[in-house]
Amino acid sequence: MTKADIVEQIYEQVGFSKKESAELVEKVFEAIKETLATGEKVKISGFGNFIVRNKNSRKGRNPQTGQEILLAARKVLTFKPSLVLKNQLNEEPPETAGISRPDGVDLSP
Amino acid sequence: MTKGGLIEVVAESTPHISKKDTEIVVNTIFESMARALQDGERIEIRGFGSFQVKVREAREGRNPKTGEPVQISAKRTPFFKVGKELKELVDRRPSPSAGSSEGF
Repeated sequence: MTKADIVEQIYEQVGFSKKESAELVEKVFEAIKETLATGEKVKISGFGNFIVRNKNSRKGRNPQTGQEILLAARKVLTFKPSLVLKNQLNEEPPETAGISRPDGVDLSP
Repeated sequence: MTKGGLIEVVAESTPHISKKDTEIVVNTIFESMARALQDGERIEIRGFGSFQVKVREAREGRNPKTGEPVQISAKRTPFFKVGKELKELVDRRPSPSAGSSEGF
């Protein structure tokens, strides 16, 4: 699904023109981006929360040269899916074909 | 900012569209995205990021209170990967002053 598909949904379900639908979808994502850019979180009930987190500076290593470097403090964006969305994804058995698996990645804490 | 605040902001920037309609649009956007994820579909919003469903395999866990082993069944979890543009937007820092450590 891309932005164009979302625009199509608005056009079909809400009845705005394609142009208006595109404009509205664009504005929604722009508003979210602008808010996150200020460091403020965006909470969409039923979907999830977008949270800006501050990461402290830390020592890293250039994996190619082994040289130690200081990684600057940074801000990162995280997404925490809402319980509603998580439950929604598990209404059907998870053995559905076509879903990628985090192979080789251990996600357990 | 909550969904209500988002509707407010978008409604203000589109005076020709009623707030009620803006609300319907915002709800439809997230509902259609949730439905796509439910279908196992990947979502890509350029300049924003992408959403993908991953399967967490069944594993044996433990009840932290009793220490009893419990079977945790496989489940599907949505993942978000921030897009380059938004990633940079969120991490916009004042240009490093002289003498500060170099980033990587």
